[in-house]
Amino acid sequence: MQLELTLTGRAGDFSARDLGFLLHKHPDHVHKRQVAVGDAYVFFTESGDERTTVVLAIDVDPVALVRGRSPGDRGLLTQYVNDRPYAASSFLSVAISKSFGQSMSGRSKERQDLAERKLDFEARVVPVALTGDLDVAHRLFEPLGYKVVTDLLPVSLDANERRYASLTLCSEVRLADLLNHIYVLLPVLDNAKHWWIDEAEVANLLAKGEGWLEGHPEKEFIARRALKHRRGLANMALARLKEAEASEDAPDEEEQAAEKQQQSEGALEKPIRLHELRLDTVAGVLRANNAASVLDLGCGEGKLMARLIKERGIRRIVGVDASIATLERAARRLYLDRAGETMRERVQLLQGSLTYADRRLEGFDAAALVEVIEHIDPPRLSALASAVFGVAKPNLVVVTTPNREYNALFEAMPAGTLRHPDHRFEWTRAEFADWSQGVAQMFAYTVEFSPLGPVDEAHGPPSQMAVFKRGAK
Amino acid sequence: MICSGLLSVRGMPMPETQAVSIPDFCLVVLVGASGSGKSTFARRHFLETEIISSDNCRGLIMDDETDQSATTDAFDLIHHMAGLRLKNRRLTVIDSTAARKEDRAQLVALARKWHAPVVALVLDIDPEICHARNAGRDNRNFGEQVPRNHSRMIRRGLRNFKFEGFSDWHVMRDEAAVEAVEIVREPLWTDLRKEHGPFDIIGDVHGCFDELTALLAQLGYQVDDYEQGETLFNAFHPDGRIAFFVGDLCDRGPRNVDVLRLVMGMAAAGTARCVIGNHDFKLLKWLRGKKTTLTHGLDLTVAELEQTSEEFRRSVREFIFSLRSHAWLDDGNLVVVHAGLKEEMHGRGSGALRSFAMFGDTTGEVDEFGLPVRLEWARDYRGRAAVVFGHTPTREAQWLNGTLCIDTGCVFGGTLTALRWPEKELVALPALKEYAEPARPLDTDTGAFGDGQLIYFDELIGKQRIETRFKSTIIVPEQNAAAALEITSRFGIDPRWLIHLPPTMAPCPTAPEGPFLEHPDQALDAYNKEGIEEVVAQEKHMGSRSLLVVCRDGEAAARRFRVEDGKAGVIYTRTGRPFFRSDEMEAMLVDRVGSAIGKAGLWDELDSDWLLIDAELMPWSAKAQDLLRQQYGPTAVAARASVEALQDALARAASNAGELDELKAKVAGGIERAERFEQALKGYCWEAASLDDYRLAPFHLLASEGHVYDGEPHSWHMQTLARICAHDPILQETTWRALSTSSSDDRAALIDWWIGHTDAGGEGMVIKPSTFIARGERRMVQPAMKVRGRNYLSIIYGPDYDAPHNLDRLRKRGLKRKWTMAMREFALGLEGLHSFVEGAPLARAHQCALAILALESEPVDPRL
Repeated sequence: MQLELTLTGRAGDFSARDLGFLLHKHPDHVHKRQVAVGDAYVFFTESGDERTTVVLAIDVDPVALVRGRSPGDRGLLTQYVNDRPYAASSFLSVAISKSFGQSMSGRSKERQDLAERKLDFEARVVPVALTGDLDVAHRLFEPLGYKVVTDLLPVSLDANERRYASLTLCSEVRLADLLNHIYVLLPVLDNAKHWWIDEAEVANLLAKGEGWLEGHPEKEFIARRALKHRRGLANMALARLKEAEASEDAPDEEEQAAEKQQQSEGALEKPIRLHELRLDTVAGVLRANNAASVLDLGCGEGKLMARLIKERGIRRIVGVDASIATLERAARRLYLDRAGETMRERVQLLQGSLTYADRRLEGFDAAALVEVIEHIDPPRLSALASAVFGVAKPNLVVVTTPNREYNALFEAMPAGTLRHPDHRFEWTRAEFADWSQGVAQMFAYTVEFSPLGPVDEAHGPPSQMAVFKRGAK
Repeated sequence: MICSGLLSVRGMPMPETQAVSIPDFCLVVLVGASGSGKSTFARRHFLETEIISSDNCRGLIMDDETDQSATTDAFDLIHHMAGLRLKNRRLTVIDSTAARKEDRAQLVALARKWHAPVVALVLDIDPEICHARNAGRDNRNFGEQVPRNHSRMIRRGLRNFKFEGFSDWHVMRDEAAVEAVEIVREPLWTDLRKEHGPFDIIGDVHGCFDELTALLAQLGYQVDDYEQGETLFNAFHPDGRIAFFVGDLCDRGPRNVDVLRLVMGMAAAGTARCVIGNHDFKLLKWLRGKKTTLTHGLDLTVAELEQTSEEFRRSVREFIFSLRSHAWLDDGNLVVVHAGLKEEMHGRGSGALRSFAMFGDTTGEVDEFGLPVRLEWARDYRGRAAVVFGHTPTREAQWLNGTLCIDTGCVFGGTLTALRWPEKELVALPALKEYAEPARPLDTDTGAFGDGQLIYFDELIGKQRIETRFKSTIIVPEQNAAAALEITSRFGIDPRWLIHLPPTMAPCPTAPEGPFLEHPDQALDAYNKEGIEEVVAQEKHMGSRSLLVVCRDGEAAARRFRVEDGKAGVIYTRTGRPFFRSDEMEAMLVDRVGSAIGKAGLWDELDSDWLLIDAELMPWSAKAQDLLRQQYGPTAVAARASVEALQDALARAASNAGELDELKAKVAGGIERAERFEQALKGYCWEAASLDDYRLAPFHLLASEGHVYDGEPHSWHMQTLARICAHDPILQETTWRALSTSSSDDRAALIDWWIGHTDAGGEGMVIKPSTFIARGERRMVQPAMKVRGRNYLSIIYGPDYDAPHNLDRLRKRGLKRKWTMAMREFALGLEGLHSFVEGAPLARAHQCALAILALESEPVDPRL
């Protein structure tokens, strides 16, 4: 990866060879420095009054990158082969600050006047990685006054997700500004940073962005990527840019992904706020049956649990989910990490899976499976039935699931698709009744059905609920 | 509990020293009035860290050892510290007056909680002497009534020490007696860690004398000739092995007295040991003349014993009385007990422990046969020691979490089973007849694994410990187990299909020099060093590892695998996920493999409705799309662009050219290396739109009904699979050859083949011992080693890996972890598969599969 910097001189004003003075590098010599991942070389490829070009190239040591430089150091990157040794990235930013540090702060021993002037510069960075929007380089550099050219390189195998380009920036600009722009925006383009991001990084970002970042139209995007999507830090940076626009709840990347998935379903069902209704109805059923200990099977991030916690009659609530990350989020959302002992005894989260039997789930009054069964592969529903109705066997089981017939009424939904990408099936009212009655019979429960949401004459309600009670009629 | 009496009587001459023996694990309670010299005594006989004194605790809390206002808190602290020490099985001395019965009762309860014997050492010193001593110390001027009251309370209490729960106590009546005492520590009666056997642990005999003598003979014991009468007789093993009985010698069976004569004879001769069982305990009750209901077969034993002499009965009584609750053996690696024992009870002693040891973990519940619900403790057992026990008849002895029930219901017409220790081999002989009818059929699962198909999540969370039949025990840490469970819950195929996961494969040792990182020489040398002469070398395909369960048809699948998805088979990845996103594609491939198996005549020949095949499915790009898109493809582009730009700049360099020589040398050849990387990549990627674009290369025929083919050599696997491959063009035969590790001709030919193959774009090859499972001189050896080609390795290590300045550094790679992982996963994979084929509960195979996944979540260099 390398940065080429060309200065065009002005006859009678200054010589392009002054670039050497501006960078404190003698054009006749090669300047080599060690950086964390290899060696940075600075050398000149052209040195004339009219044009002078300097190259900053990094020879990344791929072995050190993986292994670390000393024994015991596990290295920066542990996963397979990747583009880190080659693509212009935060490695290059570090090399810029190490090799051209004085210039970045706008100082020049011999040519301070030039350092303070806007000069005619062309910068070329090869290769820059572009993820997502191929326009991103334009969005980042054009607002700063650059003429931006990105020459896309051809892909190697036809399905590359990451594209590479040679990026050329032309502008009349102060050298210090140019270097700071590149220093900050290269890792943003690359969407990665190799160093640990902490609060000091916020200060670093603000220092390097002084005078231009606060007015940049993409400052949120820049802050988010530059701080590696760490929500708190990005907010801190934005707040200090004097406009705390980002809301407290701006989700971090991981939650974003989870939320994106739910959005498809939420967006479809939104007009009737169906999920709220489902949760209220289920809580109502539990209350009406005086359930004092409740299992929330497939609790997700704990929305139903949050509601049940407020119910006075419930002395024990246990949420079960397969995903450890989801349970951790649920614990945060329910504030279990800072709860007192009584609360911790009353509300618990367990890793578990509905297709396995689990003796820890025995002895509860009630179990709720709200929008859960449709995430199970149909051949494994019998295992779910054995686990819930045969082993855990609470007195009351509440199951809700979408009603497929109603999908016809969702305008945005293509025919034949399901409401959520992870739904393994969606049932009609008849199919749901069929399965429920079979289960009830096999495990000696009675079952009753209710609609959830406004009932359409032809297609029924958007969602449906079955309430199972233990003991044959 | 046996109690000893008084050491000395006032006025009698004292011997110079008086040895007092106490268990090396117990709670010692010093009892004595203030000023009786307890602290001095304690310091003389015990380590400073063993002593917890009330004065010291008061000081810790209030900075004043005599501040009586802190007494309640001080005793909390004493109990807390003592509890922690006892939990860790450390001898602990409590230095407080312990004059009041209530104070002693609390200490006894604490000791019982941790199953520690509790010993009282009583300093019964004249109160006047105590007072005089107190008067000479700061802040101890209590007045003379204090020691006098203490002394009175203590003397009164002494009479009832036995009932207070002390297992032993010693009273020192005067200062001379105190001076004379010498404490001798002895291992607790259950602590036999210094005994290493070897043992033959024998399950519940219940009067089955004929089966017992036959089993002893099979185990290699020489049994004395049988004679009528009451005399004891013996059996011994020429190698000095010891028979270890888990109790329940009598009742229900036909020859109870003869069993007693033999076992008692062996015990007297030192060739057998025994722990007490619940039936033995009940017999003892009868022998002591207590009221006993003669049920559960005791009537038969009593009838026999009533024909014997009183002297014989007394010797039986003494024998049973001497039996211990359990034995903690072999450096703490083995526990023999009748009904089971939790880890926190090993090598300890208490009434609760004894009852647990004899009756097991009874919950008070009964099952549908009216028998107590048991075995919960084994489900939760995660301890270090193997626990071998009997008590609950099961059809077959089966390890569960490091516990083994070897009561295989001999008296109920099952078998009499012995476990050889440390060999861990099971020896079982069938009963000659059913002597008694079991209350619950032997085939009924006792609840260890549920009903066979149901898998219990709560058994799979937490630290897992799996004994394999290859004499290895594999431990899976809790976090890894949780991660594996999440993966299978969310992405895994139906566990009923997941009967096996393949092990990871170790690379050969690193080539020490030359242009190669891996070379066949090192693999061959490694096997040769282990004493393996015959090996096979197989072409390694660059695709994705896949496991195929193929059944004759959907019905056969439903029958054998008890699945309800209607599939005739599945194809899954080495992490247990479905290989294809589309069921249709899977069904078509299963169908084609199934018909090829049929055409090859293997369904009938192997007499099976299903086969499990281990294979490589190509193209690699079919499964590795994401990796290609996100990592490999981009790397190829970036590497080339980066080196091109730099070479271009270097060519134009105006700066002092000589200073750039070093960089130029490094960059030289960079374009070619980037191109090689891209070419290697392209060779493994092709568009696979229809099934005909796929290639499946099978290399292990792992199992069929009733068989795991780990006893067949690789040549058999290759030849049998080749017959299947002949019937469908998408099935690709694997090239292979057999060779000798010490033949230089073989080696030269193999290296030629490898170089030709890898230069032509092949990934490399796999070298395996000719047998599926190979043992070296001391242990099992790696079942396979991969030797990857130069070009292929650039995909793994990066385009520039073999540039001269990089290769030598890459040679320093640690293989040990990967090697042990490969061995452990190999053992787990086969253990799971064997258990499935044997018809064990599905949970066993699933536990093994999860363990492999869990091991894979360990941090190991992914390039190996």
